[in-house]
Parts: sequence; structure tokens; C-alpha cells
Amino acid sequence: MLHALIRRLLISIPVLFAVSILTFLLTALTPGNPAYTILGYQATPESVAALDKSLGLNKPILVQYWDWLTKAVHGNLGSSLFTNQSVTSLLWSSIPITVTLIAGAVLVATVVGVPLGVVSARRARSNGQVVDAVSLVGFAVPPFFLGLLFALVFANELNILPASGWIPPHQSVTGWLRSIVMPILTLGVPGAAIVARQTRQGMIETLSKDYVRSLRGRGLSEVSVVYKHGLRNSLGNVLTLLGLYVVGLLLGTTLVETVFAIQGLGSLAVQATGQHDLPVLEGVAVIFTIIVIIVFAIVDVLRASLNPKLRTR
Amino acid sequence: MATRAAAPTEARRRRSHLSPVAWIAVVVLVVLLVAAIFAPLLSPYSPNANDLEATYGHISAAHWLGTDDLGRDLLSRIMYGGRGSLLGVAEALAVYLVLGLTFGVLAGYLGGVLEAVVVWVADVSFALPQIIVVLSVLAIFANNSGAAMLALGILGAPGLAVFARGATRTVREELYISAARVSGLRTVPILVRHIMPQITGSVIVQVSLFSGTALLFQTGMDFLGLGTQPPTPTWGGMVAEASTFMGRDIWMVMPSGIVIVLAIVAFGLVGDAAQDVLSAAKGQGPTRTPASRIATTSQATEVVDRDETLAEVSDTARLEASREPRTPLAHVRGAEANGVRDARSDVPRGDGVLLSVRNLTVAVESSGASIVQNVSFDLRPGQCLGIVGESGCGKTMTALSLIGLLPDGVSATGGSLTFRGEDLRAMDEKQYRRVRGSGIAMISQEPISSLDPSFTVMDQIAEVVRRHSDMSRQSARAEAMTLLEQVRIPNADTVAKRYPHQLSGGMAQRVSIAAALAGNPAVLIADEPTTALDVTVQAEILQLLRSLRETGLAMILVSHDWGVIADSCDAAVVMYAGQVVEEAAIANVFEHYRHPYSYGLMESNPQFATAPRTPLPAVPGTVPPVGEWPVGCHFAARCQFASSECSAAPIALDQVERDHWARCIHTDQVANSAKVGVA
Repeated sequence: MLHALIRRLLISIPVLFAVSILTFLLTALTPGNPAYTILGYQATPESVAALDKSLGLNKPILVQYWDWLTKAVHGNLGSSLFTNQSVTSLLWSSIPITVTLIAGAVLVATVVGVPLGVVSARRARSNGQVVDAVSLVGFAVPPFFLGLLFALVFANELNILPASGWIPPHQSVTGWLRSIVMPILTLGVPGAAIVARQTRQGMIETLSKDYVRSLRGRGLSEVSVVYKHGLRNSLGNVLTLLGLYVVGLLLGTTLVETVFAIQGLGSLAVQATGQHDLPVLEGVAVIFTIIVIIVFAIVDVLRASLNPKLRTR
Repeated sequence: MATRAAAPTEARRRRSHLSPVAWIAVVVLVVLLVAAIFAPLLSPYSPNANDLEATYGHISAAHWLGTDDLGRDLLSRIMYGGRGSLLGVAEALAVYLVLGLTFGVLAGYLGGVLEAVVVWVADVSFALPQIIVVLSVLAIFANNSGAAMLALGILGAPGLAVFARGATRTVREELYISAARVSGLRTVPILVRHIMPQITGSVIVQVSLFSGTALLFQTGMDFLGLGTQPPTPTWGGMVAEASTFMGRDIWMVMPSGIVIVLAIVAFGLVGDAAQDVLSAAKGQGPTRTPASRIATTSQATEVVDRDETLAEVSDTARLEASREPRTPLAHVRGAEANGVRDARSDVPRGDGVLLSVRNLTVAVESSGASIVQNVSFDLRPGQCLGIVGESGCGKTMTALSLIGLLPDGVSATGGSLTFRGEDLRAMDEKQYRRVRGSGIAMISQEPISSLDPSFTVMDQIAEVVRRHSDMSRQSARAEAMTLLEQVRIPNADTVAKRYPHQLSGGMAQRVSIAAALAGNPAVLIADEPTTALDVTVQAEILQLLRSLRETGLAMILVSHDWGVIADSCDAAVVMYAGQVVEEAAIANVFEHYRHPYSYGLMESNPQFATAPRTPLPAVPGTVPPVGEWPVGCHFAARCQFASSECSAAPIALDQVERDHWARCIHTDQVANSAKVGVA
């Protein structure tokens, strides 16, 4: 367990560095001066120089990176070039929304995908191709298109869910629930498809193992063979998949938040990209990376708790 | 020469295996590509030609896919839009392939520091959110989706490198590569000529997955308005435009959205097909989850040795299942199908017989080919019966059918199995489960892989104890401990807490035996229980099995080793190519064997070598594969006594003396020669 966590940490630190250096370098390599982004292209060279100085842009690049890094470690990620709001406060208001969407999607993917996978594995001979086909299509429908289709059905046609927007839970719990149903389904349904496929594969593989025959040979009930022994030995790869799925969800939320006009990290990043607002984008990059690191750490711990080979030496 | 010839043959075989669905996917991709490249020639309209008379059009003769809010032809826009979208994928792919293959193949071939670095970079890249890098690139190079896709290619490359490295390492180990190296071929020619073609399959799998992702990114960025700007059509941009008019018309979003789905599905199917062909080439069942392939990159895949016989049979079954339409079971040749009625099968079940097998026939469901034909024997309480023969003779299948656990695609098609007076073949799964473990139990050849890797020894044994009794958790654990002591495990309380991978082979076999005994069975089937073990451990396990018989446990011992059978059994059944060829009390089989196969087996056993310092005789030839068994004597082709009558018609299992049966028409000759041989 500890071993797995340490290993993960050893990978995570370089990842954080890589992301911070990468985004920072990109900023430094930006053609044109960010001061112009702020002041407009009619700005006088004097005012640009002054702003450069106040932003620290006249210093050598390594010093700039160090400055940014020390501030970042203290929770100061600078302020938006556009609205001048502090990046940290922008992030704080968006994080809960995006994390809710990701958590909801993972929940849907797991709760729907795993049982579907198990059931289809047990009837593998008859329905294999159907499951494969459905899950391939689930994987292939881009979130922005799926979101629009959901909106079409539930908002335009049936008119039972709001087409867009986010209602905070402290304002109205039912309103909040109604507002997150479609975004979460848009993200979670394809997830359920790929989780089902992985679970099915894993179960078929596990159930064909020698020890499963031995377990049956000892007279254990089918419930125990399939759910206790079979599922437990199949979940490791499902967990790894879920980790990779969350990385993919970062693109997904970006698209889905835009489709449903929700102010989360993803839509924040999209606006920042469109406006060349690099401090905000760097902030989102850091948070996205931290999310991935946390998720991978959770996956590692869960995998280790399932698999004694990862735990014991 | 041979190596050069092998590669193209392999490639041809792969191509011929593509399924129709995969072909459709390839055709779809080609059509999309051609439509995009030749859009200026093929498209019915200019992509930006307005026709305000025909806005929001649906499918019509003039506009096959309808029109948008400005009356622009959607088909034409999709064709033109494909140029940007597919070009982006191509750019990302180019970078992905060049970087990934170069570093991957070199890392796999050269190993060392480069390999370590590639693996580490890949580990880091898996945890790197690609979206954020792509967005950063777009923030700096506004609307330059080319730059964004190049970045995506760079980010994806380490993933491909890890795969290419793995595949290269496997190929590198192969004999002909070493041969090429030894014969002085330099690195680059070896890589280009020998390794690249071999890893193509796994690379196609990765490429198709990556293409899907790249297209998702490309269309996603266009949808977000961060890529190519309107009015230039892009697939993602068209979805975005249509989405603003969804309140008015829902058709407009469909063509572009569906084209994206179609393209990604096609990429996915090509990947699946490549994966299937690969698994088929490796002789494995199809495993085709995109994610499972990704998942296996970071952790080593577990290799579990399977019972060879079983693997062969189930592979045959699977192969045949995929090739031929299923024939109904009625076609399967029944108990008398080999055209002769064995006198043996008419012997009535004696008094006090525990387990009685009559005319058991086991067959591959798809082809109807039998694996086991007309096997009959009886087992009394406390008796030990040996089943002996080479692998591929149906010993394991016979054993598995007793416990009702034949592999998929194989089933018992004839005969009767009677246990304690009950007909096992008539039982449904639920009833059979009551027999397994508490009536008949089994231990197998690979002790470690017969234990669930995720549970401790204690958990696994206690679960079986509880299943077959109404003990509390606590007393079940106490009982499990007693069992561990009964199978003579030293430090039982420490071993109880261990996981299977922490056990030695001998220890694992003892644990397996304890688990098999946990339901207090009357019959223990031991399938090659010592084959996978060291010689010293073999003796200990056999000793343990013998001692268990003192408790009245009856045993069926399956082995290819006469020595094992001779040491432990009261009677033996010799099997060859699915049939019982000889059956007798153990002393009779040894001293008065009447079947040439029994003779051959014994002669080739080092323990019974007739004279020191003479070469060990081996039975020439091999067991014919299932489905190719001759009509007459199955052994005739390898038999030194064979005559023309042997192959003419099926040979019956006949009584040669009391309780001694042999399936041979030359039993006298065999008996005489044996005397000569022994003397």
C-alpha cells in the first residue's frame, strides 16, 4: 500500500513540474507581449515597459518561473489578465462544479458499467457482439454531440430538464439535481460503456482461470464464484481504466460545460484560451494535474487493496 | 532465408482474417478520406454557397443531407470539413508514429538507459492532462489547430513507445533475430527488416485508438471555436453552428455529428479487428477492450500456465466454433458409435461401488469430434484408481467430466456417471454443486494457479468449510487450521495468513489438498498432482495422498507417469487417444500387461528401465490429434505388433482374464514378447 503510494508520488512530482514548466514556457514563448493583451495594441512602448516591470516580465525566464512557482506554492497564482480577478478565487468557485461532474460521471460509469459487464460476461456467448458494438458507439459519440442530443430530448422535446445552467445546491437542491443530470449523463454514459466492456473482458478472462474451476470444484456457490472471487480479480484493470477515464473526462467536462453553459474549470479554460489569458489557463492546468494525481493515487491504493501481489513482497 | 519467407506469410494470414465488419470500417474511412481530399471535384456545391430560398433543408434530391441556416449544402460542407478534421488527425498521427516508433523500437531493442527513460516518460505522460497542453498551445497560437494536433501527437507518442518497446522486446527474444544478430547484420537493417513487420499488428491497434482520440480533440476544439474559424467548414464547427439553431430545427446537427461518430467507430473497429487478428495469431481468445490494452502497459500481464491438454482442447473447440456453424448434438457419435460394443460396458455395477462410469463419451460441441470414447470403470470406497496415458489421451477430460466441469465447448454426450447411486449426468448445476467438494473433490496440476490469488490460504479453506457445514466463522477457521495440519504443513498458522504467490509449489499443492478435503469428500480426483513439482516434493505429496487413503478416501489419480501410478494405486486404466486400452489390478497391468501401449509406456519410464546403461526406448510417433482418430485401433500407427486387421475395424475392449481388460487383438503376442523383454 505504502509502496504503491510512494511510487505514485515519485511519478507525480515530475508530472506537476512538467505541467508547470510546460505551461510556463509556452507563456514565455508567446509571440507578442502579454502587456499588449492587457493594454491593447495601441499602447505606448513606455506603458508596455512599465507594465512589463510590474508583471516581472523584464526578468530572465528562469527567475520569472521561480517567482511564479514560489507564489504558486503559497496559493497565489496571479490574476486574470482580463478581469484582474485573482486566479485562485476564479478556481475556487469553479472547482466544486467540475469535481461534481467528474465524480457523478465516475459514479454513473461504475454503477451502470460494472453490473452490465458482469451480466454480459455470464452470457458471453450470446450477447458479446451486442455489448461490444454498444460500448464502441458509446465510446465514439463525442460529448458535445451527445450533450446536444440529450438536450434535444430532455429539454426541447420532453421539457423536463433545464437546457443549460448550473444551480448551486445551497440555492435549491432539486434545482441542482435537475441541472446536473444531463451533464453527468453526457459524461457518464460513454464511461459506463467502456467500463462495461472492460469488466466483461476481465470477467471472461478471470472466469476462465484455473482457480475458478478449482473454486467450482470445491462446490462454492455461483454467487461466491462470480461476485466474490471473479469480480474481485477482475476489478484491478477496471480501476486502471477508471483512472484513465478521469483523465479523458477533463476534455469531456471542457466540452460539456460549454454545451450546458456551466461555469466550471473546463469552460474557464476555454474562455482563457480564447482570450489568451495565460495566468488563468496555468491555474486550471495546475488544478487539472492535481486532480489527475489524486485520482491516480486513489486508483493505486484501491488496486493495492484488491491485489495482494501489489501489497506484499 | 527461412526468416525472410516467414514474415510475408504471416502478414498474408493476418489480412485474410479480417471480418466483414472490419472491412466495412476500412471502406468507411477510405470513403471519408477520398471525399475530403477530392471535395473540390466531388462536392455538389461550394461549401459556402448560400441559398436563402432553401434554408433548414432536410434530405432532398437537391441537397442529399439537407442545408443549414444559410441554405448551404451540408453534404458539401461535410466533404470540405473533412479536410481540416482529417488533416489534423494525420498531423497528430505523423508525429505520434515517428516519435513513438523510433523511441519505442530503439528502447526495446537496445534496452538500458534509453529504455528506462522511455518507460519513465510514458508513466509521466499518462498522468499529464492532454487537454491542458492542447489548450495552452491554442492560447498562444490562436486558432492554429495544426500546432495543437502536433502537440497532441507528441503527448501521445510515449504511450506508443511503450507498446512498441514491449512488442520489440518480445520479437528480439525470438530465435531468428538472435540468429540475424549473430550472423553480423547491423542494428538498423535488423530493426527495419525483421522487427518492424512483426510489430505492425500491435502498432495498428494503438494507431486506431489514437486516431479516434485525435479526431475527438480536433472536432472538440473546432466545436469550442478554438480551431479553424467559420465560415471555413469543419465537422466540429458545423455541430456548433447547428447547435445554436436547435430550437428551430433539429436535423441540421445530425449529419456532422453522425459523421464524427462514424469516423471514430470506424477507427475503433479497425483497432478491434487488428487486436482480434493478433490474438488469433498468438492462439489466444479475442481480447479487445481498448482500455484493457492501455491498462496492461503499466503493469506486467500475469502469465498463468494452463494444463496443456485442456488448453489445446479448448483452443481447438474455440477455433472450430468460429469456423463452422454449430451442429446439433444429435450428430455427436454416441456410445456405440465406434461400431463395437465393449464387453466391459456391460459389466454391471458391483455392490459397494462408489462411483461408476459406463460408456462415457465426451465431445467437442461444434464439430462433434469425440475426445473421450466409451470409457467405463468403477471406483470402490478407499480404492485408488490410476488413469495413465500421454497428454492428449483424454485423461483430464475424463476427470473433469466426473466433477461436471468440462471446459466451454466440450460436453459429455453419452454414457452414465453414477455416484452413490445417483445419476450425475441427470443433475442440474445446483444439484451438482452439492456433490462437488463434499462428494467428489479435485486437485489439479498447477497448484499455485488453482488458488485464488486475492485471498489468503485461511480465507479460501474456511470458505469451503463453511459452504459444506453450518459452522460459525470462528469454528470454520479452527477447522481450516486442522486441515492444514492434516496435510502436514509446517507452521500452519503462518502459512494460513499467506497469499498463493507467497507459497512454494509443494506448499500450494498441500493447501489445494486441504481445500479439496474441506468439504469432507468421498472421492478425490488428483489430476497430475505432482507433475509441476520438484522430485523431492513429488514424493512427499504422493506420501501425503497415500496417507489420506487410510481415512477411507477413494482416489482417482491421473498421471502420465507409471511410477506415480505404481506407487499409489490399486488398479489402473490405461488410456490412449480417448479410449481405455487396458484396465486391470495394478499388479496385473505391470506384470501381465496385454496392450502394446501399456508395454511402450512402461518401457519408456526411467524407473522401470530394463537394463542400466542402455538407451531408454521411447514409443515412436505421437498421439493423433482429436478428430483424426482412425476407425480401427487408435494405436496401430505406432504399434510394433500392428497388422492389417488392426486398422480394418474398431477393436473392442475385451476381457483377457478375470478383471483384466485390453483393447487389442494381439494380446497374446504382447504377453509373449513381454516375457522375452523382461527376461
